[in-house]
Amino acid sequence: MTAEKTLISSRTMRKRRQPLRRIIGRIILYIIVGLGGACFMFPFFWAFISSGKSAAEIASYPPTLWPKKMLFVENYSRIWTEAPFLLWIRNSAVITSLNLIGAIASASVVAYSFARFEYPGKNLWFFLMLSTMMIPGEVRLIPTYLIFKSLGWINTIKPLVVPAWFGGGAFNIFLLRQFYMTIPRDLDEAAEMDGAGPLRIFLNVILPLSKPAIATAATLGFIGNWNNFMGPLIYLNDPEKMTAVQGLRYFALGTTYSQLSAGPPKDNLLMAASIVVALPCLILFFVAQKYFVQGIATTGLKG
Amino acid sequence: MAVAEAQAARSKMRMTARERRRAFQGYAFLTPWLIGFFAFTALPIVVSVILSFTRYSVLRPPQFIGLKNYRHALLGGDDLVWPSIGRSFYYAILSVPLGLIASLTIAILLNQKLRFLAFWRTLYFLPSLTPSVATAYIWRWLFNPEIGVLKPAFEFVGLPMPRWFSSMEWAIPSLVIVSLWQNAGGSAMIIFLAGLQDVPVELMEAAEIDGAGRWRKFWHITIPMLSPVIFFNFIMGIIGALRVFDTAFVATGGGPAYATWFISLHIYQTAFVYFDMGYAAALSWLLAAIIITLTILQFRLSKYWVFYQGG
Repeated sequence: MTAEKTLISSRTMRKRRQPLRRIIGRIILYIIVGLGGACFMFPFFWAFISSGKSAAEIASYPPTLWPKKMLFVENYSRIWTEAPFLLWIRNSAVITSLNLIGAIASASVVAYSFARFEYPGKNLWFFLMLSTMMIPGEVRLIPTYLIFKSLGWINTIKPLVVPAWFGGGAFNIFLLRQFYMTIPRDLDEAAEMDGAGPLRIFLNVILPLSKPAIATAATLGFIGNWNNFMGPLIYLNDPEKMTAVQGLRYFALGTTYSQLSAGPPKDNLLMAASIVVALPCLILFFVAQKYFVQGIATTGLKG
Repeated sequence: MAVAEAQAARSKMRMTARERRRAFQGYAFLTPWLIGFFAFTALPIVVSVILSFTRYSVLRPPQFIGLKNYRHALLGGDDLVWPSIGRSFYYAILSVPLGLIASLTIAILLNQKLRFLAFWRTLYFLPSLTPSVATAYIWRWLFNPEIGVLKPAFEFVGLPMPRWFSSMEWAIPSLVIVSLWQNAGGSAMIIFLAGLQDVPVELMEAAEIDGAGRWRKFWHITIPMLSPVIFFNFIMGIIGALRVFDTAFVATGGGPAYATWFISLHIYQTAFVYFDMGYAAALSWLLAAIIITLTILQFRLSKYWVFYQGG
């Protein structure tokens, strides 16, 4: 009787205690996740605050937690007038889109070849294609530069765009090929019965079904192109041809673009410009979050 | 049986008209890549090998000099080579394990049943989308040794603040901190998260029935089940760390006094500032050799600790 009673009471006790411990556990979990997230966000936050300060305030110590005089509007409009920032952003947009269109178009065609056709040498080409991912880009950098130089392509956007039209990169080919493999062949065969040739099957059956994979390749490709630093650094010399990412260096070096004379460093403008350059990538992530996650997870896990 | 086999063998040797047509079409669709492969990968690699045995400064035609470039690099003719390789390794040894631990920790946190998961994931993921140049400038500003925002925090705790990017000892650790911020919540974390979701629930339940606590489940189930993913992230991390360029180039320019002069910066400087193309090609093969050797070595060692489910 007493034993039974204690058993029951201890069970109800545990039942009552469990939620409390669980709740405390959850609170701790949220605190940890929140603190970690705050750490990761702080640099953005500080860059934003700094971008609203005056030149004098940003150079003073101790730093103020909020601009005494908010100059957000002024600073964010100055970055367009003190340097041809709009031109640089346009350059980035042109390079990124031309590269992306070529990469997606050619990678989707090549992936179709790997996924749906049998021919002698296919396995060898597929192996070579995958191994190009393993070769460090550095060994290609110098001869590629010399080849483009001999073609007279230096200081044009061609080196940054044209190669993408020939294959579109091993990563994209692999990603799309993996996706095509999951599309039932019955669909191809049904279309073939109706008299569709391989090109028609590709355009009318495979491509429309591959939108998620194409979106994945496009989102990851956008980030890679927009953020590309070394390519423009090597191939583009004229200030008018610079990309947005390159343009940041002008604010950092404390030069005004028109005279290229050393002035005081403009950290407030540099922070404003940094945020503006990062913004398209951040917006893209908000819009296409699931494609990022899927793309990274499939190529990482099944790769 | 035998007839069918013979038929299969015959059809393997001689293609039918349809198979021949399909093969032709397959090659037609492969053509863009084939051109690209030969023009932008195979040819450059051959040219790069040849260049590495020449002296070539762009202005005059290349001059064959045998192994001189490699000897110059390895046997002390260029006293920046070995230290810069050493610095790249130092950076990799610090940043890769710390990065893996941080990524796995974030993935485990985000794998709990959290509300607003997409929001939390976004917070951790955004730094990896930020252009590395912007990242470098933002951190140079945070790490400013005179008026940086971290200084009051150090003063409050009463610790002397390191001079971060301006200090010989702290320059590389500072870049490691930047890389942690940049990469810990990025693709490696997403891959870990996907891997965690693939850990079979039955295994966890079986272990629970056997009385295993959280810690033991983590060490004896989660880690072994994740080992292929850890391996993948480890290799990608090492390759990425040995090639680090953008943040170092922008944040420190290789300084102070060569403290962050990585091998990638040395190759860039040799090729595109001094236009010593032959020697730079030899240096790039040196880096490639290191990366390829390490990758093969890791694959060899992986069979001792990587566990493949169902394989």
